[in-house]
Amino acid sequence: MVMTRSSSRNMNGGGDGGASSAATSGGPPPSLEWRFSQVFGERTAGEEVQEVDIISAIEFDKSGDHLATGDRGGRVVLFERTDNKDHGGSRRDAEQMDYTVRHPEFRYKTEFQSHEPEFDYLKSLEIEEKINKIRWCQPANGALFLLSTNDKTIKYWKVQEKKIKKISEMNIDPSKTPGQPSSSSPPPLVANGVDADPAHGYISNFTFPPGGIPSLRLPVVTSLETSLVARCRRVYAHAHDYHINSISNSSDGETFISADDLRVNLWNLEISNQSFNIVDVKPTNMEDLTEVITSAEFHPIHCNMLAYSSSKGSIRLIDMRQSALCDSHTKLFEEPEAPGSRSFFTEIIASISDIKFSKDGRYILSRDYMTLKLWDINMDSGPVASYQVHEHLRPKLCDLYENDSIFDKFECCLSGDGLRVATGSYSNLFRVFGASKGSTEAATLEASKNPMRRQIQTPARPSRAISSMTRMVRRGSESPGAEANGNGYDFTNKLLHMAWHPTENSIACAAANSLYMYYA
Amino acid sequence: MAMVDEPLYPIALLIDELKNDDIQLRLNSIRRLSTIARALGEERTRKELIPFLSENSDDDDEVLLAMAEELGVFIPFVGGIEHAHVLLPPLESLCTVEETSVREKAVDSLCKIGSQMKESDLVDSFVPLVKRLAAGEWFAARVSACGLFHVAYQGCTDVLKTELRSSYGQLCQDDMPMVRRAAASNLGKFATTVESTFLNAEIMTMFDGLTKDEQDSVRLLAVEGCAALGKLLEPQECVARILPVIVNFSQDKSWRVRYMVANQLYELCEAVGPDCTKTDLVPAYVRLLRDNEAEVRIAAAGKVTKFCQLLNPELAIQHILPCVKELSSDSSQHVRSALASVIMGMAPILGKDSTIEHLLPIFLSLLKDEFPDVRLNIISKLDQVNQVIGIDLLSQSLLPAIVELAEDRHWRVRLAIIEYVPLLASQLGIGFFDDKLGALCMQWMQDKVYSIREAAANNLKRLAEEFGSEWAMQHIVPQVLDMVNNPHYLHRMMALRAISLMAPVMGSEITCSKFLPVVVEASKDRVPNIKFNVAKLLQSLIPIVDQSVVDKTIRQCLVDLSEDPDVDVRYFANQALRSIDAAAVAQS
Repeated sequence: MVMTRSSSRNMNGGGDGGASSAATSGGPPPSLEWRFSQVFGERTAGEEVQEVDIISAIEFDKSGDHLATGDRGGRVVLFERTDNKDHGGSRRDAEQMDYTVRHPEFRYKTEFQSHEPEFDYLKSLEIEEKINKIRWCQPANGALFLLSTNDKTIKYWKVQEKKIKKISEMNIDPSKTPGQPSSSSPPPLVANGVDADPAHGYISNFTFPPGGIPSLRLPVVTSLETSLVARCRRVYAHAHDYHINSISNSSDGETFISADDLRVNLWNLEISNQSFNIVDVKPTNMEDLTEVITSAEFHPIHCNMLAYSSSKGSIRLIDMRQSALCDSHTKLFEEPEAPGSRSFFTEIIASISDIKFSKDGRYILSRDYMTLKLWDINMDSGPVASYQVHEHLRPKLCDLYENDSIFDKFECCLSGDGLRVATGSYSNLFRVFGASKGSTEAATLEASKNPMRRQIQTPARPSRAISSMTRMVRRGSESPGAEANGNGYDFTNKLLHMAWHPTENSIACAAANSLYMYYA
Repeated sequence: MAMVDEPLYPIALLIDELKNDDIQLRLNSIRRLSTIARALGEERTRKELIPFLSENSDDDDEVLLAMAEELGVFIPFVGGIEHAHVLLPPLESLCTVEETSVREKAVDSLCKIGSQMKESDLVDSFVPLVKRLAAGEWFAARVSACGLFHVAYQGCTDVLKTELRSSYGQLCQDDMPMVRRAAASNLGKFATTVESTFLNAEIMTMFDGLTKDEQDSVRLLAVEGCAALGKLLEPQECVARILPVIVNFSQDKSWRVRYMVANQLYELCEAVGPDCTKTDLVPAYVRLLRDNEAEVRIAAAGKVTKFCQLLNPELAIQHILPCVKELSSDSSQHVRSALASVIMGMAPILGKDSTIEHLLPIFLSLLKDEFPDVRLNIISKLDQVNQVIGIDLLSQSLLPAIVELAEDRHWRVRLAIIEYVPLLASQLGIGFFDDKLGALCMQWMQDKVYSIREAAANNLKRLAEEFGSEWAMQHIVPQVLDMVNNPHYLHRMMALRAISLMAPVMGSEITCSKFLPVVVEASKDRVPNIKFNVAKLLQSLIPIVDQSVVDKTIRQCLVDLSEDPDVDVRYFANQALRSIDAAAVAQS
């Protein structure tokens, strides 16, 4: 796989310092050529996007064989990988031989209604059905498990092939029983569920012959076909006063966290009626509130560590070993403010909208409004790299504030090998950067069937602004918002949600109601 | 489609409903599986019913849970022990479902069956089952396997035993933390069946591996193994192999691990003997009592009495008592509360003089704690101290504490103290009680919260039992009878409630002379709720008083009530009248 191809930086090797190994093992991996792979729910020209169809969450499972999306209508749609299933056991060989040819392909598997709109009567509060996050859990017995959450309620789903059963033989002919006037007195036809049922009193007095009663037979069941059934196994409710922004599974396989604006709670997957509050940043007086939690994630390997980000642009790493209440952090990752640059917008654009751990847990990727930052968890003085995503929007912050775009929450993702990072932007664009040392890879792609149309290869040295981007991007013909703005940017078409395949260079991203997939 | 004879109809229906669409009906049929088995006979149960159930493992969890439970006691229905092996396949498939409760029940049932099986059958069918599960593709099967080894191991051949041990060793190193957790929590059980030579070598190696697991959740379950294994090993082995581990664990970075140690430490004292207890375990325990994390201190404080029972009093006074003093003013109310719930038990251990010297100041300070749970916990265990030093030394502080709790603004606190009043009464004696607490008991009868009033009425009954009817006649009855004239109907109702509870204790004579006239008077109340409660009360008095009183007074009163304009009053009056008739029939 990719790891073997480019050994420029070995994120898994905890022993060797990143800098030295990168220096010794040659240059960065070559830039990737992104190609369109698939689209689901593509919009036809002139089609109005329904609000409920807009995708609000994307997540690959651990193996990369499944992909789930959630939408504002509370639905969860599952996709399954098709390209390696056909090849069965020879998958690994096939990958090694021609990995450039094979790329993940998915097909629609099933969908189900995860959340419904609700009304909290005690607080006079409408609860939207919009899916905020989806997280996959450990599969078991061929069934898939996932957690989905809206603003308030987390649900645990099991998706499984079930045989459709048909009973073909019974003792009592169901067609004849209702009021059947057979021989003498009709038997009492009663529901068998309650103990008051006279039939049961009768059974207990009955003496059975030693060999049993030959005329009785067990129902014969024939199963013809199977169908996918999604069943809600557990509902974790009433634990959040504020809106849930994140859920994340622990590597221990039995717990997960859920985070809202002010608190992080710890749950056991099997216990839905109790959770433990582990972080609480709510001040005694709400007027003293200066900072809220924006995102939280468990460390992928160490079940005792988790990180959460804040609206002030800091990331806190906490160690649950230290204390039952983790209000004090173990490590704080914060970039010192550049002197003299403070403005009205400084705090707003510093707010981190998403954090992700790299697969080995060594790095944390964070996204704020203007940049993407990569942090080494062993270095809290500053990010090891930052990538300018929206620097060209700096002159327009006032407009963005006026139309609320400045509060858009863009997600970010890392490739499975940790060599690249990606995040979304406006006009349905997304950007991919090389994260290995010395890499200048920076691609801008459009979520359309022709992703490279807008691609520009700018040498994106960390901290250097990509000021050329605005100039280079041609106006999209099918985006009317761009014309209204008159500045080449369409703030209504924003690419907020995206996910990187865990093992391959494949990206899934959401442009409104359409799911686009790319590979390289 | 077969038609069945009419007498068989119910059982036929029961069988059909094994596959009904309604889960309640399926559940009902599964719960009566033994009936179905008897109807089919042993042979067809083996050949048809059991295979049928094996196919059923994708049913709803509740049905599967019931099935797992029923199959555990199914041996008689398949033809006895020699056929027990036919029960294994359905339980095996239940061991692989992802719902934990179903799996655990299936494992329980398998253990029940396995422990009854003949050795040859065990080797032929049970051991292969365990091996299959242990090598299962999905973690659920492997988790279940961990709980079966101790049954499979007994009565195995040596070759199989070696295989089982190595298989368990692999489970201890499984990729999935869930499996390692199951292996850790079942290790103690498995170890009890393993021969001592292998115990020292192989089991201890597995144990060492688990204690070094990277997942906290595994390590903390390994702690539980410490005590279990410690009891199996020779004392010197235990000192050499378990003691270092537990001392290490007591300083683990993870508070959850230390919490587990705090809970378990006292169990190891016996296993390592008094010397090591003194040199190693006492310092470890003292560290836990002073842990940074409140949760750990809570666990440690809760075990303080159990731990001290295993020490000699001097050690306890020298090492543990200073910590106890600190804990009594701990910043966390939960720590103080945990301490308060056990500290009284230290009095018998330390003896009279030390208790007065060392513990009494702590008791007194906890009795003045700002947190009601702490005070309540002290009061609830008063009897333990009473036996050692008597109550007098405490009574000065006790009374204000009780009065304050009795008037606490949280009704649950008031409720809790009421429940302890009979205990206090018995410990404090009549004299003290009359002076100080009698008034409180009547005050609770008029509390704003129903639960308190109800508890207060019940309390009066228990006091009457404690101090006898003569005392009650003097101190309780007059006030209760007085309450019947209270302008508030809820208070009048409470008086009736107290009467109905006290009547059986006070006996027929007092009931007739004191209670009955008042009750009859109350039947003319203007509030219907009072009246139908009178009807209910009269019904409860029937068995207590003489038949003549029933005929003369009670019946007449009920007849009047049965003509009341209110439908509820009539209903309860008629119900009471019917029970008079029923009692008369029973007597004749």
